[in-house]
Amino acid sequence: MLIFLLRRLIQACFVMIIISVISFAIQGNLGDPIQQMVSVTASQDERNQLRESLGLNDNFINQYWRFAKKAVQGDLGTSFYYKKPVLEVIFQKVPATLELAFCAILLIIFVATPCGVLAAIKPKNPISRLIMIVSSIGLSVPIFIVAIFMVYFFSIEWNVAPSFGRGETTEILGLWESGLFTKDGLSHLLLPSLSLAIALMPIFIRLIRAEMMEVLQSEYIRFAWSKGLSTPRIYFIHALKNTMLPIITVGGIQAGTLVAYTILTETIFQWPGMGFLFMDAVSRVDTPLISAYLIVVGGMFVMTNTLVDLVYGLVNPTVRLASHGI
Amino acid sequence: MNIKVMIAGCLALLLLSKASASTLRMAFNADPISLDPHEHLSEGTLQFSHLVFDPLLRWNKQGQFESRLATKWQRLDSRTIRFYLRQNVTFHSGNKFSANDVAYTINRLKISPDFRAMFDTIDSTSIIDDYTIDVHATTPNPLLLNIMTYVFPMDKTFYKDQDQIIKYGETFASRNVSGTGPFTLVSRELGSRMELKRSPAYWDTKSVGNVDQIILTPIRADSTRLAALLSGDVDFIFPISPIDIERTKRASGIQVVTLPSTRILLLHMNQNRREEFQDIRVRKAINLAINQSLIVEKIQKGYATPAGQLSSDRFLGYVKNLKPEYDLAKALELMKEAGYEKGFRISMMAPNNRYLNDEKIAQAISAMLARINITVDLKTLPKAQYFKEFNNKTADIMMLGWLSDTMDSNNLFEFIIACQDVETGFGAYNASEYCNHSIDENIKQANREMNPERRIRLLQQIEQAVYNDSVVVPLYWQQLTWAAKNKVRIQDIVNDQNYPYLGDLVIEDE
Repeated sequence: MLIFLLRRLIQACFVMIIISVISFAIQGNLGDPIQQMVSVTASQDERNQLRESLGLNDNFINQYWRFAKKAVQGDLGTSFYYKKPVLEVIFQKVPATLELAFCAILLIIFVATPCGVLAAIKPKNPISRLIMIVSSIGLSVPIFIVAIFMVYFFSIEWNVAPSFGRGETTEILGLWESGLFTKDGLSHLLLPSLSLAIALMPIFIRLIRAEMMEVLQSEYIRFAWSKGLSTPRIYFIHALKNTMLPIITVGGIQAGTLVAYTILTETIFQWPGMGFLFMDAVSRVDTPLISAYLIVVGGMFVMTNTLVDLVYGLVNPTVRLASHGI
Repeated sequence: MNIKVMIAGCLALLLLSKASASTLRMAFNADPISLDPHEHLSEGTLQFSHLVFDPLLRWNKQGQFESRLATKWQRLDSRTIRFYLRQNVTFHSGNKFSANDVAYTINRLKISPDFRAMFDTIDSTSIIDDYTIDVHATTPNPLLLNIMTYVFPMDKTFYKDQDQIIKYGETFASRNVSGTGPFTLVSRELGSRMELKRSPAYWDTKSVGNVDQIILTPIRADSTRLAALLSGDVDFIFPISPIDIERTKRASGIQVVTLPSTRILLLHMNQNRREEFQDIRVRKAINLAINQSLIVEKIQKGYATPAGQLSSDRFLGYVKNLKPEYDLAKALELMKEAGYEKGFRISMMAPNNRYLNDEKIAQAISAMLARINITVDLKTLPKAQYFKEFNNKTADIMMLGWLSDTMDSNNLFEFIIACQDVETGFGAYNASEYCNHSIDENIKQANREMNPERRIRLLQQIEQAVYNDSVVVPLYWQQLTWAAKNKVRIQDIVNDQNYPYLGDLVIEDE
């Protein structure tokens, strides 16, 4: 276990170094930050001065070295637009994104699991067929269309949920702005988390169904039937547990997709989270913020995947961690 | 007992609902980057300045000056204007407003990187008494008053000794604010929300405005902003994409207000890069082949004004009979005469997120030029990358939009038409690399000509010369589009510079 963690850590370091080089390298190619900072009437001299003072005239290696030295000390630079350390800016927006992702994951778990199980146990049932049809539609319709339709129906036509923003938030322990504890905050969460969940739900329904059907064919389930175990016990304890293995793996990979989709969802719903921050930073060419976002999200990827591997071991003890996953 | 409590509760509710009736929730596409009014010359900053500060004078809807903190003014000679200032005005900090603050503000504008170019023309100020101040220009300047609309007096005592202007830097002035304006800042979360409330001590007690509280949310995505209005989450939005305007007009309880602006969209044909463009017949042919009216009708859905010149009809340089022309047969003939019957291949660049539908317009133009056998290699870029290319003039045809800060034609000519001169900043956006010294002379002359009639003649001469020489391709003047709930009477307070005077906004009771 310890060896596994250590190996994972070294691996993670490599990945992070590569991510940092890439995200730093794209800085020079995103456009000219100076252009965004000055008015159209500023002279060339003023532009050059600003460029010099921001250190944009040095060569790449020097700039990267300066960046990396500070980065290890936890300083990823200062946002041009927010005028604050980028990590501070990003961490301010983390709660909003995590809450959105959390609600979407809850929705996925509590909707996709029963749907998938039902579709596997009773494949000929009309409801199962409906689930499969809807899920294949869900797979093929892009998320921004779903989101725009939801805004159109739920907020403009029926007026049941607000169309943008986070609404009222409460502060928890002085460090977490949460929207989960007020009615207004929850109603604002409804549409964004639903559209985020819809994006990922179909794939889980289909996966759970396919895995479950395979497991139900296996020897030990037939043995359980002949042993006379109760139906729920067979389905939900014996079969479902073994179905979970591939689902956890895919779930870990999909965590990345979830982050990617939060960018879209947050932009459509003006959700003040990390994805929205990132889109804004891109359009303003706020380069320190862009690279910091990539590094933070890269770090989150590495972390979730490590966690997934650990959970893997818990669910299926036959997987030996030390020899796995390198 | 219980009944009393209930009645009190009902009354409280009534009072509360009345108070919230005059809250304005608005969503614009941007918010001010800094609280420092001199850090950034941008629409967002100036909109904010009109909320928290007051200008000395401002434009009214008819294009005339309206007095604000200056009650009246008087031209003493061609270089000097005397301003008489309003008395009994206090800043939000409680300090009293006087001529010292005006002098302080003008001096600060003179060192602001963004405003400096405009205020270079002001030499000094002299304070006559607490409420009288003379402003001296370096040379006779006909536009002194236009420039003074950018003077929003700042609280000298409040800012003193901690007033440095650092672009994208953390300064006292970028975090704290004290003006005389109708609203004071309550809270601000950069990029997501700004809350203001009406200043109780505001001097303009005659104003009909009844908005007590403003909540500004910047929403970048057009569809999200519109949905927020239609669903009732906000009361007032800007802008609306042309394709949504008809739909918004049909929505019940929503009004749409459009105004022509003076921002011109144009194309530069680079004469240094292409010798073909040095031939006036080719430039003329391109002008004739591009159908401005069609672009406005099909792409902007009629919400723009086709242009045959640079000055909008509000400007002095506007020449009435210069209309956009479209004549394909004549264009083909001119190309033939110039020896380019078979056409040629050129490169073109345009932004894809700076002006409304900029990419579609660029595509339409390349299709129009194909009809006179000019093959266009079009590349569109996000604005962040585009303007870098524009500065380097990396394509033969480049698109540019320009808004005259001084509300005067000469600003257009100076930046877009004049010969390039790094020293004076003339021709800084002249990506045609066209240079005509007689036009330059006229531009300089118009900058100091004090006789209004002679000045109009000069500006119109320049406009005519630019047309005769087909220097650029003017496309259209943009229109501004706002939408609001019917009860919000925005039509009275919006203007063609897009600085809504929200202090005077009336929200009717439902």
